[in-house]
Amino acid sequence: MERRQRREMAGKVFEAVALAATVFGLVVLAMLLFDVARRGLGVLSWSFFTSYPSRFPEQAGIRSALLGTIWVMALTALFAVPLGVAAAIYLEEYAPRNRLTRFIELNINNLAGVPSIIYGLLGLELFVRGLKLERSILAGALTLSLLILPILIAASREALRAVPMSLREAAFALGATRWQVIRHQVLPVAFPGILTGMILALSRAIGETAPLITIGALTFIAFDPRGPLDKFTVLPIQIFNWVSRPQAGFHARAAGAILVLLAVLLSMNGLAIYLRYRLQRRYQW
Amino acid sequence: MGLMSRSAAGIYAARLQRGMATRWREWGELAIQGLLLFAAMVSVFTTLGIVAVLVIEAVPFFQQVSLIEFLTDPQWTPLFAQKHFGILPLVAGTFLTSAVALALAMPVGLLSAIYLSEYAPARVRAILKPALEVLAGIPTVVYGYFALLFVTPLLKRVIPDLETFNALSAGLTMGIMIIPLISSLSEDALYAVPGSLREAAYALGATRLEVALRVVIPAALSGIVASFILAASRAIGETMIVAIAAGQRPILTLDPRRAIETMTAYIVQVSLGDTPHGTLEFRTIFAVGLVLFLLTLVFNLIALRIIERYREVYR
Repeated sequence: MERRQRREMAGKVFEAVALAATVFGLVVLAMLLFDVARRGLGVLSWSFFTSYPSRFPEQAGIRSALLGTIWVMALTALFAVPLGVAAAIYLEEYAPRNRLTRFIELNINNLAGVPSIIYGLLGLELFVRGLKLERSILAGALTLSLLILPILIAASREALRAVPMSLREAAFALGATRWQVIRHQVLPVAFPGILTGMILALSRAIGETAPLITIGALTFIAFDPRGPLDKFTVLPIQIFNWVSRPQAGFHARAAGAILVLLAVLLSMNGLAIYLRYRLQRRYQW
Repeated sequence: MGLMSRSAAGIYAARLQRGMATRWREWGELAIQGLLLFAAMVSVFTTLGIVAVLVIEAVPFFQQVSLIEFLTDPQWTPLFAQKHFGILPLVAGTFLTSAVALALAMPVGLLSAIYLSEYAPARVRAILKPALEVLAGIPTVVYGYFALLFVTPLLKRVIPDLETFNALSAGLTMGIMIIPLISSLSEDALYAVPGSLREAAYALGATRLEVALRVVIPAALSGIVASFILAASRAIGETMIVAIAAGQRPILTLDPRRAIETMTAYIVQVSLGDTPHGTLEFRTIFAVGLVLFLLTLVFNLIALRIIERYREVYR
């Protein structure tokens, strides 16, 4: 009997430890957010958004970084989304179970685990130097497109897989071709899932720093980017630059920029959850 | 007769037209399929591109620096007058930060996976799981900020001789970032263990803890190991945290209190500097990148293998 009690006791202790471990990460997250807010809330003002970077911390702002982020994200979405969705459609709806398909899948799974800085080296040689795009927004967007492609493909495949087979079979029975089935039946139903995956993949890209540093995105940009071939900087690089300086004034600017970045990320994730909830209710099986 | 033949010709023409339309449609279908296949092949081209870029730039490097020097020289000073090209200090730096990260993330991640899968009531799980995932969604540059400006000052109170840039803070912060990767993948593995195994153990009088430790974990071991390997690969390739908080001093040490340099941080350092392209100094980042790529490739392939295998077992 006593032995049984000891075993029960060990169980209770273990449960408490396991719960503590689960909560540990959340406590650290809270500390991180608190520290960023404590340091950064003070710098958030209208001029912080409208000023260019500066040697003087109290004058430095995120204007060019924010514009650069918007440019790069827009182009990344433009390149990566059609490519990712098309690849997902091929793998889910067309691909025969053969060696080539397995090889493609292995490639995608492995690419998802390649360090992002390696994509930077690829982008540097292929886009910046090979295609002579220089250190432009276009080169950055192409690099990030390749980086988020595996995430996009995985998310889109999941969305396509969730479409019931009966829907396809019904359309086939009416004499539709494969593409007609996909275009008119499968894609509309899978759309909310694909959209959610797209937003989540872009929220990964928006925080990426290392590959853009490697392709040579500059940190000091005191002008507005006007086109895809302009030089640029982005929010994470601006944050990196300010964190790396010794002055506390720049650390506060970094915290302020982090608040902006986290706010953008939060609204993107919120939008994804909302869209999934809103659009998916239309179909009920 | 004339009428007949005209209508026959009409039918024939209509048939021909329909045949043409069908043929066009078939061509269209084929073209679309080709385009989609091309999109799927982009991932293959990307892998090929990475390998090609790294090899093309690394080959001239290894023509000037012998592989033996690269792998055994204990000094890495390619940007100094007295040049040494031994990657060991960078590998040691990467190993050190990754080891610290895993020492934190493996136990914490596994414990939270066990809690979420075996203990947590459904409602608690529904809150805790996505909350933990938030940790994985925070940009790494933000973790870098946190490591340098929060964790290091905090640790300095306990460890007075901690350097401003050090492997310990960077590693611990990286460990926090990796927790959700381990807990999420391990939980999938634990969750996939059939309930009947648990019920059989309970029927023999085992407590919940005994079921978790002696039945569920052994059954899910391969998935847990895979999550650890993927976490290690992630830690090796992590860049911004170590570039901000671990330092830029490639020394061969295993003392986590000191400033070190990882392979990834070195690539960042050169990218930010003004080393001209095409020089031996610049090519070092491709040689380092090649080592980094091969290391993570091996880890990823092993983990993918294990995951594939254990999936088959429980289907």
